Amino acid sequence: MYASWPCPIPSGGMGEEMALVFDARRGSRLLVIPPFFDEANKFRHQILETMSRLDELGVDSICPDLPGCNESLIPHSAQSLAAWRIAAIAAANHFSATHVLAFRSGCWIVPSALPGWLYAPSKPGQVLRAMLRARTIAAREAGRQETAESLLEQGRKEGLELAGWKLGSALIGELEATGFEVHDHHNTIDHSEIGGKALWLRAENDFDPEQAEALAALIAAGISS
Amino acid sequence: MTTHAAAIDLKLRAILRDVLGLDDAQVAGFNSGTGLFGHLPELDSMAVAGLLTELEDQLDITIDDDEVDGEMLETYGGLLAFAQAKSAEG
Repeated sequence: MYASWPCPIPSGGMGEEMALVFDARRGSRLLVIPPFFDEANKFRHQILETMSRLDELGVDSICPDLPGCNESLIPHSAQSLAAWRIAAIAAANHFSATHVLAFRSGCWIVPSALPGWLYAPSKPGQVLRAMLRARTIAAREAGRQETAESLLEQGRKEGLELAGWKLGSALIGELEATGFEVHDHHNTIDHSEIGGKALWLRAENDFDPEQAEALAALIAAGISS
Repeated sequence: MTTHAAAIDLKLRAILRDVLGLDDAQVAGFNSGTGLFGHLPELDSMAVAGLLTELEDQLDITIDDDEVDGEMLETYGGLLAFAQAKSAEG
C-alpha cells in the first residue's frame, strides 16, 4: 500500500518521498496528483477511496507525496509549482505511469507527456485569494488589521504563512499568475459529471463513496477505450 | 422577494448546505436570524473564505476585503442581504 520513490530536491540532489500505491503490476498505471494546501487534507480520504475503486476495476494507481506535502520531511516553504512539476514527472517515470488523474489544484502540475484527466481544476489566483482572505478574517477576529494587499507585498519579498501553510516567495509569484496550461490530451472532468456535494467546499473533511465510484468508473472506461 | 433575490437565496442555501454538509431540508430551515460565523464551530476562517470565493464564482461578483465584516458573516440574513445587494450592483 505504501512505497517510497526517489524525488529530486529543488536545492539539488535526490531525496526520498512516500507514495500511496495500489500496484499489481498491471498494464494501466495511473499517477494520481492530489490538490495542495487545505484541499490536500480534504481530499485524502476521497483519493484513497477512488484508488481503491480503480484497483477493483483493474487499474493500478500511485499517489506520490510531493516534496513538502503530506509525510514529506522537506519544508513546504522551499517549494514552488516548478519544483512540484519536476517531482511529478520523476514520480511518473519511477512508477512507469501510463495515465494521470489530477484533483483540483493538482491540475497545475500535471506532466504534459501523460494522457489523462483534470478533475474540477481550481484557479491559482482564486486559491491564493481564498487563503489570503482566511488570514485577514482570522486576523480581524483576533482584533488585528491586515489587508490582502500588504500581505501579498510581504509574500512576494519574503514568503508568507497562509492558513497554516508556509508559502515561499516563488510560490506566491506563481499563484498570482491567474492561469495554467491545459494540454490537448488532458480531459477536464466537471464536478457535475460526478455528482454529489463538492467535497472541497466542506468545512470538515469528508468522503463520498458514490463520487469515488463514479470518478473511478469514468477513468477506467477512459483508459480502456 | 423578487425572483432574482429568491434565486440568490437558493444559491446561498445550496452553498451553505455543501459547506456544512447538511441536507436540503436542514438549510431550508435557516431564517434571517440563524447564526453563522462564531455560532457554528465548523465555520472557521478557511471555510468562510472558501464560501465567499464560491459566492463570487457563482454570483459573478467581487467581494472586497473591507466589505467582509462581522455583521455580514454573523447571521444568514446578514450574508443574504450582502449577497443580494452585491449582485444587484453588478
